[in-house]
Amino acid sequence: MEIDPFIFRLSIFILSIFVGYYVVWSVTPSLHTPLMSVTNAISSVIIVGAIIASLSGNSSSIFNESSIFGFLAISLAAINIFGGFLVTQRMLAMYKKKKGKK
Amino acid sequence: MISANLSAVFYLISGVLFILALRGLSSPETSRQGNFFGILGMIIAITVTFFSIGNFSTGFVFVVIFLLAGGLVGAFIAYKIPMTAMPELVAGFHSLVGLAAVFVAISAFLNPDAFNLGTPGNIKLGSLIEMSIGAAVGAITFSGSIIAFLKLQGIMSGSPITFKGQHPLNVIILTSIFVLIYLLCKSQSSNIFWILLVVSFLIGFLLIIPIGGADMPVVISMLNSYSGWAAAGIGFTLENTALIITGALVGSSGAILSYIMCKGMNRSFFNVILGGFGGTDQLGAKKNTEQRPVKSGNADDAAFLMKNASSVIIVPGYGMAVAQAQHALREMVDTLKKNDIKVSYAIHPVAGRMPGHMNVLLAEANVPYDEVFELEEINNDFANADVAFVIGANDVTNPVAKTDPQSPIYGMPVLDVEKCKSVLFVKRSLSPGYAGIDNDLFYKENTLMLFADAKKMTEDITKNL
Repeated sequence: MEIDPFIFRLSIFILSIFVGYYVVWSVTPSLHTPLMSVTNAISSVIIVGAIIASLSGNSSSIFNESSIFGFLAISLAAINIFGGFLVTQRMLAMYKKKKGKK
Repeated sequence: MISANLSAVFYLISGVLFILALRGLSSPETSRQGNFFGILGMIIAITVTFFSIGNFSTGFVFVVIFLLAGGLVGAFIAYKIPMTAMPELVAGFHSLVGLAAVFVAISAFLNPDAFNLGTPGNIKLGSLIEMSIGAAVGAITFSGSIIAFLKLQGIMSGSPITFKGQHPLNVIILTSIFVLIYLLCKSQSSNIFWILLVVSFLIGFLLIIPIGGADMPVVISMLNSYSGWAAAGIGFTLENTALIITGALVGSSGAILSYIMCKGMNRSFFNVILGGFGGTDQLGAKKNTEQRPVKSGNADDAAFLMKNASSVIIVPGYGMAVAQAQHALREMVDTLKKNDIKVSYAIHPVAGRMPGHMNVLLAEANVPYDEVFELEEINNDFANADVAFVIGANDVTNPVAKTDPQSPIYGMPVLDVEKCKSVLFVKRSLSPGYAGIDNDLFYKENTLMLFADAKKMTEDITKNL
């Protein structure tokens, strides 16, 4: 009998939770705010679904009731992606060591 | 057009890059590289999606327009936002992830063909369950984050909003979500799908309103976690590895942060979620029982104490963020260092309104991160320090947490500030902190209260040094 592909996805999911668990515990507490902003940015990879949704219409009707939601989701996710990564960058650039003092 | 297998491999690569992005945050040196990995992963995921659809007609142009429009707004916000507003920003961003998840789920429900999930009214059972979970969690994330945002921004009062029958109502609504998902799977009716969304928005709202301002670190972490689970739910629907990996990472990340925050307050997760810290009875009992004498001083006294110290520990809290005093504080510390005084910073896990809030503000003010210590690292040093400078923190320094089993904060890990030879406590008034209890530290022999705005007081001290 063949294994349902769902089981493979579930395996990836469960293993990723464990990876996440160990990786996040190793994050230094002083970087917890950048951690939140970067997780924010990467969870916006949901934009993948938004792109599929928005291109689901045919060429005569680009905007139908289903693709409209896709386009809206693209904008929302894009705000997060750019905003999240850039603000993380901005924060991380501020963390300096003592030796670097003027 | 590239094959489904090839694009799946690329999605896997971007998932791995996201893991490396989080891994990089284990130290500030590797963190910037980590962020770069994250960006790279995102670029790969988006590009692969375009190629796997292989449709570069007018629709594609619109996709790029919407993407850039959102991107511009995001970039603008990222550059403009002051560091003190970071908790609001993160809450706002969470709400967007939640809403995006809802929109994708709606789109998939209306047009399942596009996602290979079946036809409208006849969607595969598994996909329907996955998408309704994704949509419900997304909706909860959205409305919950909006409330968190309004509370942090001060548009909505930070005090808990409670009413009679709140918990039974929440339980009923949460149960109804499961019932609705069940009914949806049976009937495939779009009406039930819409009701499910409305009910989920409602419960997100109801879950967050009873939670008070100082519990926000837990709430933000929790919503961070939810946004991950919502993404994972959608990832299952779309059968997309990158989304599943990311959702799991973000979900567990938020959960761990919530756990750390709860531990920092010695409260159980459910206790925080159920809201209302330091019950009203406690407040009434403790209030006005006695007027104990306090010693108060001015900037001159504080400067004198610090000048004669050989080591100073600074304890910042939310008040520092409110007063925007971090730069003034850094200037004061620079002056102290010129006088050969050893200065370090002590950060309580729940200081501020989100995990790591104080660290970011100090980093913004150019405080080197190796002078900033966590509670466990520095707590033994208070006994050997000459001066503790408490600026904007309150409950996290309250010795009552160690001595009085009656106190609502009993058992919470606190900074042993009272062990210092002298304590300088910058505060605007003697009012109790968030927990609604008096801070014993105010009345200690070796405490000098400095009643003033944190920023102004710090500047005045610098002048007097």
